[in-house]
Amino acid sequence: MRFRVHVRVMPRGGLLDPQGQAVEHALSALGFAEAGGVRVGRAIELSISAASREDAETRARQMCEKLLANPVTEDYLLEVEEG
Amino acid sequence: MLKVAVVRFPGSNCDLDSLRAVERVGADGYFVWHRDAHLQGADVVVLPGGFSYGDYLRSGAIARFSPIMQAVQRHAADGGPVLGICNGFQILCEAHLLPGALLRNAGLTFVSKPVDVIVERTLTGFTSAYAAGAQLRLPVAHGDGRFVASDDTLHLLEAEGRVVLRYVESTEGSPLQPNPNGSAHHIAGICNPEGTVVGIMPHPERVADPLLGSCDGLGFFTSLAALQPKTTTSTAPGR
Repeated sequence: MRFRVHVRVMPRGGLLDPQGQAVEHALSALGFAEAGGVRVGRAIELSISAASREDAETRARQMCEKLLANPVTEDYLLEVEEG
Repeated sequence: MLKVAVVRFPGSNCDLDSLRAVERVGADGYFVWHRDAHLQGADVVVLPGGFSYGDYLRSGAIARFSPIMQAVQRHAADGGPVLGICNGFQILCEAHLLPGALLRNAGLTFVSKPVDVIVERTLTGFTSAYAAGAQLRLPVAHGDGRFVASDDTLHLLEAEGRVVLRYVESTEGSPLQPNPNGSAHHIAGICNPEGTVVGIMPHPERVADPLLGSCDGLGFFTSLAALQPKTTTSTAPGR
């Protein structure tokens, strides 16, 4: 079966995120002063062949641990869908 | 003669400067390519600065998995000296040969200028030629130089004296060039517990010749040249 994997990699909470801060300042300057807590991360999509959704998720998790995210500074979220 | 392998990745751009600095101190320097599987019997490995693999994903993240890095991992595990400069430091962190990570500079801009650093640890293969506490002016050129690690790791690095270089602190009216990137504890370079693997953000190879206006960085290479060549015969093909 084919699965589409959506990976969201975010800087770990508590770490300084200067990109998020810069975007927040820019939003404020554009009149969106209500925006706060901006953080900038990275989205990665990939297709994967696996026997089951669980297998696909296990493999995707290994990819994140090994390459897609840096376990020292980043957290990731996985979503797996058929197709 | 001491054999020093300078690793070339696609995107390395301080490889030739590093090789020249190595040759200047009388060592036998040579390039190895990222696809090579062997270090050709190197006593010392230098991972030079640059933008390996375009810094895609994260600086150093993809270089870490290149064939030559498997050989560098074995070399380091056997106690072999490794110096990572700038992108080389980022690669060493991604490869978990050094703790922590190097993130986007706090000011978000690429910083290219001389900074002032203190040599805190001289008990390494690359800083033995300096006096402890020596102040050097070394160039930095990086976008991702902000050293980050967990509080436990930072505590351990300090307790074990593993901060090799530290940026001077910013003080009002001082002519000194302080921490340029927001690094934790003003850390500019660290080493492994044994002092054999060293990673630094500044570029000593750019100030290792009087023609370049300063020799503040030459000590990294004279230190390296004082290391003893391997006496055991390696199973890897020699040069």
